[in-house]
Amino acid sequence: MGDIQGGGVSGDGYIERREEIMAVMKKTASFTEELLQENERLRQRVSTLEAQKSMPVAADNSFVQELMERLKQTENDKQELFSRFQEVSEENRNFAERYVEIEAENNNLANLYVASYQLHSTLDFDEVIQIITEIVINLIGAEAFAIALIDPKTEVVKAVSAEGIRQEEFPTVKLGEGVIGKVLADGEPFIPDALDPEAKIDLTKPIVAVPLKIKDLVFGVLCIYRFFEQKKELVDVDRELFTLLAGHAATAIFSSRLYTDSNRKLQTIQGLIQLMAS
Amino acid sequence: MAKFTALVVEDSPTMRQLICFALRRVREVTVVEANDGVDGLKKLSQHHVDILLTDINMPIMDGLKLVSMVRKDANYKELPIIIITTEGSPEDRQRALALGANAYITKPIQAPQVISQVKSLLKLP
Repeated sequence: MGDIQGGGVSGDGYIERREEIMAVMKKTASFTEELLQENERLRQRVSTLEAQKSMPVAADNSFVQELMERLKQTENDKQELFSRFQEVSEENRNFAERYVEIEAENNNLANLYVASYQLHSTLDFDEVIQIITEIVINLIGAEAFAIALIDPKTEVVKAVSAEGIRQEEFPTVKLGEGVIGKVLADGEPFIPDALDPEAKIDLTKPIVAVPLKIKDLVFGVLCIYRFFEQKKELVDVDRELFTLLAGHAATAIFSSRLYTDSNRKLQTIQGLIQLMAS
Repeated sequence: MAKFTALVVEDSPTMRQLICFALRRVREVTVVEANDGVDGLKKLSQHHVDILLTDINMPIMDGLKLVSMVRKDANYKELPIIIITTEGSPEDRQRALALGANAYITKPIQAPQVISQVKSLLKLP
């Protein structure tokens, strides 16, 4: 190289040098080309790697998104289940309340059935009165009361049974006067809305007075003067029992009276026939 | 199905029927009835009784006497006894429980109350 710069080069030397330079330049060009190729290859490799690198990120994102979707769905399901649970709880509570109501109804029906069954289980007058007494004591919870009937001949109201009071102390009643007289005249029961635990016994003013009647024919009255101390209030079944007693007790009393009368007449006639035959 | 026998001692047929009506709703229980204390003792000796329900005011032998006699018998020391009565004062209740009754129900009765007491004393679900 120093020779060329010096300018002292011969023609052959010059050619040799030029060829050498050309060879070097060719090599350099080839080397540069290789470098460029290598560069291109590396660039491609980088972009491939970058693409590979970005792919899992995208996959991760979709996975997270899917999880988020699932979470949202689960939240919705949870909410739905919770509201369903509340609905079922509400239904349960309603069923429980209904069950209690049905139990009470069942109890009432049992009371009414037993009372009705017992009232019509005999045609003996005294037994009928005894059964009414039992119903009033055991099923209604009355401590002091009287059952009074209108004498069909004299039309005087007279107690035929009493508990907790003296039977003979039952007051003389005029139709239409006082609580008992009004009940007998109108045929409508006298039942208060609430019980007064402090109330004193007044035989002319019963706490409850129920007419004993068949259709419009009133022929007696049930007067209650005091309830047992545990009986704090009148409930639905008590009112039902009063209604039942008003009709069924009256029918039972009426039937037993008729039966007793006809039986007595039959016995008299039979005695007479036997007497005549002998 | 019936595993237990209940003896109902009550002089009033109305009340007896009502109590039996309630008890027959408990599948595991069959009912034996007696009219008074003496009849109750007789039925107690004739049947294997698992629970006794008795009134207090009865002719011939009242319920308190019955409870007292039953408790004196070693065979019936653990027999559950329920008193069903019109006597609602705390003293009456105390007296009955002191004699050995396990529960005290006042009339007028509510069937669910009787059923619940019987189930509880017989340890039924």
